Amino acid sequence: MLLIPCPNCGPRDETEFHYGGQAHVAYPENPAELTDREWAEYLFYRDNTKGAFAERWLHSTGCRQWFNMLRDTVTYDIQAVYPMGQLRPATGPTAPTVTSPVSPEGAVK
Amino acid sequence: MADTAALENSKKIQTLRKSPASLLRTAFEAGSVAGTVELREVPFLTMAGLRVDPAGDAGQRLGALTGGLPSASGEVRGSGDTAVLWLGPAEFLLVAPAESHESLGGELPRTLIAALGDGQGQVVDLSANRTTLELSGPRASAVLEKGCALDLHPRVFQPGTALSTEIGGIPVVLWKTGDETYRIFPRASFAEFLGRWLLDAMREYASTEVP
Ligand SMILES: [Zn+2]
Repeated sequence: MLLIPCPNCGPRDETEFHYGGQAHVAYPENPAELTDREWAEYLFYRDNTKGAFAERWLHSTGCRQWFNMLRDTVTYDIQAVYPMGQLRPATGPTAPTVTSPVSPEGAVK
Repeated sequence: MADTAALENSKKIQTLRKSPASLLRTAFEAGSVAGTVELREVPFLTMAGLRVDPAGDAGQRLGALTGGLPSASGEVRGSGDTAVLWLGPAEFLLVAPAESHESLGGELPRTLIAALGDGQGQVVDLSANRTTLELSGPRASAVLEKGCALDLHPRVFQPGTALSTEIGGIPVVLWKTGDETYRIFPRASFAEFLGRWLLDAMREYASTEVP
């Protein structure tokens, strides 16, 4: 179970959310001028990124607000949560590079 | 404004209506363990959905009437017996006693609609949308913890806080009204399921504790 930090409500269980697919897919400037292929690509074709992926989420059981989230599709690490309409933040490293604190047992994580 | 005859007629009709969990009333009485955990329905509370920007003019006017609008998740504002629960940044749930409804001679939601005027926003009478189950007693939070993922520890979830979440897999608004008292607002169609789910979760407290 993912624990998703809603920007309004704080961390909540994944079951309270709806997934909204890839973020930042811009609506075409002139949809009438697109070929069928271009229109189909706008509607149905999405990236299948391995690593940091910007996606939309809806807190459907809570505040019912949409937000964007940068999530690593391999580690499920949530790297950033940011409002709709804001540009995607810089991709963080896939695995944290900061040295982890030493655990009480003395073993380095 | 309803005239007296219409109001009398409306009050007569009220005596015929059935609340969503009314068929469980005897089951709630039988399943309650006095002094440990008790469950009852508080039927027909007046509820209104408010959708308004709290910082805007219309929001200010509504807030002046309700005793303020909550500004963050969990917050409850209000005055007297009227409370306003935060549902979203621009969405609130007003809860008031049944008698506050205009069909019983009260002022709601008429005064709210008047206060909104032609300002940007929405006031909708939602009194029939949800019912209210009141769970109370020292074991109330233990019962809820069986099916609610929120941190219900009193250190985190304090009286006077309301959150929309899931209990037993169904969406509800959970409002902690006292140290050991919770009001749960399920939608009408979920009331029977949630009532039975809570009764099942309460059952163990009816038997003596195994040492
Ligand atoms: Zn939320």
